Amino acid sequence: MELYYLTAHELHDLLVDRQITAEELCRAFFERIDAVEDKLKAFVTITRENALARAKEIDRQIAAGGQIAPLAGIPVAVKDNLCTEGVRTTCSSKILYNFIPPYSATVITRLNQAGAVILGKTNLDEFAMGSSTENSGFFPTHNPWDLERVPGGSSGGSAVAVAAGEAAVALGSDTGGSIRQPAAFCGIVGLKPTYGAVSRFGLMAFASSLDQIGPLTRDVTDAALVMNVIAGHDPLDSTSAPGPVPDYTAYLQNGIKGLKIGVPKEYMGEGISPAVKQVVAEALAALADLGAQIEETSLPHSEYALPAYYLIAPAEASSNLARYDGVRYGYRAEGGTDVVDMFMKTRSLGFGPEVKRRIMLGTYALSAGYYDAYYLKALKVRTLIKQDFDRAFASYDVLLSPTTPSPAFRQGEKVADPLQMYMSDICTLAINLAGLPGISIPAGFADGLPVGMQLIGKPFDEGTLLRVAYTFEQNTEHHKARPKI
Amino acid sequence: MDYEAVIGLEVHVELKTKTKIFCPSTTEFGGAPNTHTCPVCLGLPGVLPVLNKKVLEYAIRAALALNCEIAEFSKFDRKNYYYPDMPKNYQISQYDLPLAKNGYLDIEVDGRTRRIGITRLHMEEDTGKLVHQGTITTTPYSLVDYNRAGVPLIEIVSEPDLRSPEEARIYMEKLRSIIQYTGVSDCKMEEGSLRCDANVSVRPKGSPEFGTKTEIKNMNSFKALQRALSYEVQRQIDVLEEGGRIIQETRTWDEGKGVTLPMRSKEEAHDYRYFPEPDLVPLVIDRRWVEEIRASLPELPDRRRQRYLEQFGLPAYDASVLTSTIELAEYFEACTAHYPDAKTVSNWIMGDLSRLLNVHNLEITQCRIRPEQLARMLRLIDQGTISGKIAKTVFEEMFATGSDPEKIVKEKGLVQITDEGAIAAIVEEVIANHPKVVEDYRAGKEKALGFLVGQVMKATRGKANPELVNRLFKARL
Ligand SMILES: [Zn+2]
Repeated sequence: MELYYLTAHELHDLLVDRQITAEELCRAFFERIDAVEDKLKAFVTITRENALARAKEIDRQIAAGGQIAPLAGIPVAVKDNLCTEGVRTTCSSKILYNFIPPYSATVITRLNQAGAVILGKTNLDEFAMGSSTENSGFFPTHNPWDLERVPGGSSGGSAVAVAAGEAAVALGSDTGGSIRQPAAFCGIVGLKPTYGAVSRFGLMAFASSLDQIGPLTRDVTDAALVMNVIAGHDPLDSTSAPGPVPDYTAYLQNGIKGLKIGVPKEYMGEGISPAVKQVVAEALAALADLGAQIEETSLPHSEYALPAYYLIAPAEASSNLARYDGVRYGYRAEGGTDVVDMFMKTRSLGFGPEVKRRIMLGTYALSAGYYDAYYLKALKVRTLIKQDFDRAFASYDVLLSPTTPSPAFRQGEKVADPLQMYMSDICTLAINLAGLPGISIPAGFADGLPVGMQLIGKPFDEGTLLRVAYTFEQNTEHHKARPKI
Repeated sequence: MDYEAVIGLEVHVELKTKTKIFCPSTTEFGGAPNTHTCPVCLGLPGVLPVLNKKVLEYAIRAALALNCEIAEFSKFDRKNYYYPDMPKNYQISQYDLPLAKNGYLDIEVDGRTRRIGITRLHMEEDTGKLVHQGTITTTPYSLVDYNRAGVPLIEIVSEPDLRSPEEARIYMEKLRSIIQYTGVSDCKMEEGSLRCDANVSVRPKGSPEFGTKTEIKNMNSFKALQRALSYEVQRQIDVLEEGGRIIQETRTWDEGKGVTLPMRSKEEAHDYRYFPEPDLVPLVIDRRWVEEIRASLPELPDRRRQRYLEQFGLPAYDASVLTSTIELAEYFEACTAHYPDAKTVSNWIMGDLSRLLNVHNLEITQCRIRPEQLARMLRLIDQGTISGKIAKTVFEEMFATGSDPEKIVKEKGLVQITDEGAIAAIVEEVIANHPKVVEDYRAGKEKALGFLVGQVMKATRGKANPELVNRLFKARL
């Protein structure tokens, strides 16, 4: 297989065996980027000079005889809502087109400490609001399996970079499915950790109580390796969980005999395409063959997840995005007659339509007279949804569902209908509301397009998710498929 | 008709922690604009607040001193509104679950004690400062300084228990005194570390109903507070007397004109859209910690004042003045440790020392006279080494230089002349030189003696022992 299509742990082995240098690896990935990026548009910013300098440094460290850490020299792409010191970070928004943070996100600092080589910043739906990366303030990103189709979103750029061999692994962020849904559409692994497992410091906030950073990788082993680097308490994030961090690779065990898997019927019903149901049914059969006990279960409040999500997330967003006003940094509109006019012009011209829609939704939901009916009620629904999961996890080790109702849709297909677009996250939103870990792994194909299945775990039980995912992967071939581009 | 005022105060106190409430930036006052900042207090994208535990401790300390109940569970909320002095366009504050509530403090008004309820006490972050010409909507540009953004504040809301502008001022002074005692704030109104807004209404005396209230802002001193409230109360009475209605509004105190003026409705019509701050975890407050903080509180002004009455037998006025700040009280007590006559110490502190501090605009903490030096000076008087009059000169010198009283007395030759022979000679000389005055005294003019004594003091440059001089004259004439 081409170098650029190997997994991070395979590349690591080549580095350890001195078959390749970090610099050669880095150049190979830039060659790949040069070859396909025009068609894919995965990156907003490519940091070629920085990356090569970093790769050479890693080579010097290797030559000096140091231990080679698992991600040392590994080419990585990061979503452009993660702050990178000295490197432009835009959130794919015109309002931040020129913003260069004077600090790095904690996950970036940890990647750097682990020796990873960051190749560039990937495209997203503006402020991570969207499910197709068509809402980027700059340009859409294309699915490498079919360039006419969307890669999913909002971490579309990161998913495409990994799927198409433009990076070995990537970081994304997931507020309602933004890692898992594009991972499913692009045929790769996407893990949304438990809320609090990974520091959010330096992640440009969309909805603070839902956002989590996580890996997008070609296989489950790579996901565990990235988690080993990025997870753990951060004194800069009060919501990051204290306590020791496990070695996630310890969960990479081939065996699920007797494991109890619940399949919530609400996630397999109306709205899920027959092709996706078929792939998931086959996957379930495979898991049953491997010794898992599979039963249907119910999460009765599932139908309220979407409306609750579209009150809570926009409410938080309306406040989180208030700081983009043209006063201190980023874009400022010309010609404001006074400060209020300057605020209005800057925000009218700086934000795209989906961001404005959500700011208005959220502002409305929090307004006097509507707070109780909307925001407060949504919080109550959130509690009910959590309780649904608690009940289910009393009986099952993991829950399993499709990641998305259908495979990747066509560019432009849902742009005009926001509700249709929102429905593409119907299987993933509730997991964020409940703060649980979820992983999407390649489960098969429908009409030549990848289909993902989602495993949902108990809080901080990424371990069981990794074990089930790894077992499935070791006994199937889906994760080995690569797009022909 | 007789009216009474109904006043409640919302007081903001800046806590003097070393660093800001949610970031490591310094809270130091002053500094070049925007130098006491970091990405967090500048509201840059992606950064997160982390609560400074010292802020929580200080807020609990203040709340306990104000007899509040400390919540077991509390949280922060976001108060959303757009203003360029707020880096995030929201302020992290506390809304429906404040840190503390149901407190009180006692004030003395005309010799009566009144208990004023404290509704709640909560923590929040301060905003930055805008500098512009005129108002923000008419100025060609504004300059913004975020040094103050993120400095910790506590807001203390009183019940509408205050019944006059004077009571409001006394409440404010008492509140300042208590907070200063706890050591959590300097409470300097002129530096903005103590600020106050008032809710004011009037009603017919004895009526149980509340009238429509106005909110008064921009009162920057205790004097301004009382003046503004007096103006506002009278204004409301005048409106009612003329058959008008009070409009619920926010008014600003114009110190120069001495009036309250309505603020434009645009500046006050806010829906703050409060919601729980998702970047901070809720506070579960450890009871043991609260009790540790309670145990570490100093003796507060009321109790200290009472002790001064009992232990030192001081008059009520002296006790009140000496306990008004903890620094003054501690200075006083340090002096009495070296010189047990508390009333004499009190006289010197409230008299000469206060006067000199005022003239030189100094705080008691900056006073160069150490308590034991003051005590030694008082002993020099008792021993007759210096007279009470000379002592004032010695005291001024001590205040200016910090030197020991004995050294000053020696260097300046201020030792009292108690040699009876030496003084008798001068007395004889004075009698010889002023026969007319001697005549008058003998004729029964008591005042004449004063003149004669004065002549001796003049000749000895004040050093003659005045009692001795008096005795000698009386014996001789
Ligand atoms: Zn700061």
